[in-house]
Amino acid sequence: MRGRRNWFLFSALCFGFAFLYGPILSLIVYSFNESRLVTVWSGFSTRWYGELFRDPQIINAALLSLRIAAVNATFAVALGTLAGLAIARFGRFRGRLLLTGMIAAPLVMPEVITGLSLLLLFVTLEGLVGWPSGRGVTTITIAHITFSMAYVAVIVQSRLSSLDGSLEEAAQDLGARPWKVFLVITLPIIAPALIAGWLLAFTLSLDDLVIASFVSGPGASTLPMVIFSKVRLGVSPDVNALATIIVGLVTVAVVISGWLMIRSDRRRERDVQAALADRG
Amino acid sequence: MSAEPPIAAPTSAAAPAPAAEPRLRRGFWLSGRGAVTAVPYFWLFLFFLVPFAIVLKISLAQPIIAQPPFTPLFGLDGSLQASLDNYRFLWEDSLYLVAYLNSMKLAAISTLLCLAIGYPMAYGMAKAPPSIRNILLLLVILPFWTSFLLRVYAWMGILRNNGLINNTLIWLGVIDQPIQMMNTDFAIYIGITYSYLPFMILPLYAALERLDPDLVEAAQDLGCKPWKAFATITLPLSIPGIVAGSLLVFIPAVGEFVIPSLLGGPDSLMIGRVLWDEFFGNRDWPVASAVAIALLLFLVVPIMLFQRMQLRRQGS
Repeated sequence: MRGRRNWFLFSALCFGFAFLYGPILSLIVYSFNESRLVTVWSGFSTRWYGELFRDPQIINAALLSLRIAAVNATFAVALGTLAGLAIARFGRFRGRLLLTGMIAAPLVMPEVITGLSLLLLFVTLEGLVGWPSGRGVTTITIAHITFSMAYVAVIVQSRLSSLDGSLEEAAQDLGARPWKVFLVITLPIIAPALIAGWLLAFTLSLDDLVIASFVSGPGASTLPMVIFSKVRLGVSPDVNALATIIVGLVTVAVVISGWLMIRSDRRRERDVQAALADRG
Repeated sequence: MSAEPPIAAPTSAAAPAPAAEPRLRRGFWLSGRGAVTAVPYFWLFLFFLVPFAIVLKISLAQPIIAQPPFTPLFGLDGSLQASLDNYRFLWEDSLYLVAYLNSMKLAAISTLLCLAIGYPMAYGMAKAPPSIRNILLLLVILPFWTSFLLRVYAWMGILRNNGLINNTLIWLGVIDQPIQMMNTDFAIYIGITYSYLPFMILPLYAALERLDPDLVEAAQDLGCKPWKAFATITLPLSIPGIVAGSLLVFIPAVGEFVIPSLLGGPDSLMIGRVLWDEFFGNRDWPVASAVAIALLLFLVVPIMLFQRMQLRRQGS
């Protein structure tokens, strides 16, 4: 009976991972296809990679998206960390419920609603105070920071909740000022969460089509917007080449960061055990 | 500001806490901690909450050909110019109601599909030896990090009439005419299930991994059949994970735009696409706003449920 159940779970895992990875593999395989008819194989070729790098529209959009993603991730980590810290460590305060609501809601809010509402805000603000004048890179970045910081706050808050505040309290009892406690104790503890949060905010921004389309203006086309206008007309092999490059970069980044995280966790466990052994 | 000890916050706050909640600390917003909290608070208030009020306001306006393309809420003489015409229009034109209901149906069935595929996967991961658990977890998260748009695009190549599936089936001689899969509801189910599966697996895995295996073992030692132990112990204890995962899939899927516009057909209406067309195609901002407000009303209950789950998670 046990064996049969394990067999069932094993095949469920195999099926699930095949479902998750099959389409990505097909993208990669057909990016090396000679034919323009993406799914009809006619021989190995790297010509679509060449075409991709000769397309100034794609290159410019990619550079713009990377720039927005980096600025977004940095601001989102700063704001998200403060919000996560407030929820996890500051106890009950007036307005805490609203803050937790404003952190949770962006995680599930349909993108069309967020995009439309931010655009209408920007238009209204421009009419009232003259800022932001027109829409473009600035408005896209602000929109991305708003939903990215919610993800960062959740990551930071769950990292902080998994550790009790005793280290911080001890430092405070020994006379450390609050900002010093934060810099010397809290920040190193949540560093892995900050790195994960930065990377997640970076990817979310790089990936966003809907919200950016609403709040963008003339001349500011991000990479997803360019890809979308291409694939809307049908499959196109240079998009496959682009997908392969993105999948490759993401895999390398995720494997490295996963390995670093596992290593640092193991080292901490070893340190804790060594400290306990010393005391015994 | 930072020199202020956060424990002993000043009590001479301008806005005293209401007596009904004595555990709320007085003067929080005047302390150093309050200043730290105020920064993200103000950002989210301005860029997340205020916009909804503006959407509500514009949904009560009329479209005009101007910049911005809607009438002001107050006329020149200061009178209120709001009207519910846009909502009446949504109600009277059956297109919108059909789109709302169709979105709910597509999202609900896709959520069930995610659950059917995701639950055994999460259970298998939680039962896997600890040494490979992290690798399996990484494998679930990895697709989530690659572009959502490109992952939906991948299915265009697979489901097309001369795509991977049809070509393979014709080559094998199973069929001689391609099956129409693109531009159907089927393609939307596949697209949503595929894109949102990691959101289902992660909370399920978190719930199942926390589950104490001794409970199931004890039940089995006492003569409980494995399936009965699963139904009476594992399943009920994983309900928080099921609810969290389902909400994480269902709520954004209802408003999905990319998947129906790339994989769906002209008759598989989804409200996210209707809103997009109303805004970008017809340039009717007031009706687009009314569509957004109505969508929010449809989703208010699941969103509140999600908020409560997040709160409970933070409490524990």
